[in-house]
Amino acid sequence: MAFPDRIERTVEIAQPPAKVWAALTTAEGLSAWFGQDAKIDLRPGGSASMRWDSGHTADMRVERVEEPTVFGFTWHIFGLPEDDPRRTYVEFTLEPAGAGTRLTVVESGFAQLPGDAHNTAYGGNTEGWASELGELVDYLDAAA
Amino acid sequence: MPQPDIEAIAEQVFVALADPSRRTILGALAAGGPATATDLAGQLPITRQAIAKHLALLTEAGLVMAEPGERRRVRYRLSSAPMRVAQQFLAALARDWDGQLDALKDHLDQHAT
Repeated sequence: MAFPDRIERTVEIAQPPAKVWAALTTAEGLSAWFGQDAKIDLRPGGSASMRWDSGHTADMRVERVEEPTVFGFTWHIFGLPEDDPRRTYVEFTLEPAGAGTRLTVVESGFAQLPGDAHNTAYGGNTEGWASELGELVDYLDAAA
Repeated sequence: MPQPDIEAIAEQVFVALADPSRRTILGALAAGGPATATDLAGQLPITRQAIAKHLALLTEAGLVMAEPGERRRVRYRLSSAPMRVAQQFLAALARDWDGQLDALKDHLDQHAT
C-alpha cells in the first residue's frame, strides 16, 4: 500500500490531559503551537481557523468534542483547490499516563476516491477557465 | 483500504512527471492553456515527433484530453482530476505531524509551572 490513507502518531506528554486539552481546543492554545490567529467555536459543527506567516490559512470544522478525551475536526486536503470537496479527518485522543498524557493523533482520508459526483464536478471544471473567461467577456460586452 | 484505481491514477501522474520532456509539455499546457502539437513544437525545444509521442502517452494516461481545435487540428488540454489525486498522495507526505507535535510539547513544557 503505497498510498497512505491514514497518518497516526502517539506521543507522551509530561503535562496532564486538562492542559493538553486546552492547548488543542482553545484559540490561545492553538495559536501557541499550531497556527497563528487561531479562532475556534468549540462544539460539533462549529468552525475554526488558523493562519500562518506564509499566508497559508486553514479552515476547520469541529466534529467531536468530548472533554478531555476526544477532539476531532475535518479540514481541507492541503494543496487541493478550494472548491475540492474532499477533507481529511483529524482526531486527537488523550489518555492519562501517570502524571502526564498519552496523546494520539490520527489523520485519515488522504486516499479517498474523488467519487462519481466529484468526477462530474471535474468534468465541469475542465471547462472551468474557458467558461469563466467566456462569462467575463459576456459580462464586459453587456456592460459596454 | 485505498482502492487500486486511485493508486494507479497517482502512479500514472508520477510516471508522466518523471520524464523531463513530458514535464515540459504539461508545464506548457498548464501555463498557456490548450495547444496543438504544432503550437507546442513551436514553443518547446522538443521535436514535433517526440511531442506527438508524448501527447499520445499522456492522453492514454488520462492526463491530457484531445479536443477538436481550429482547422481540424487536435488541441490538447490538461486534465486536472488525475493531478488532484496525485496531490492527495503528496499532501499525506507533506503533513508534518512530527514537527507539530514537537511544537506542542515545547509549548506545554514552556508553560509548565
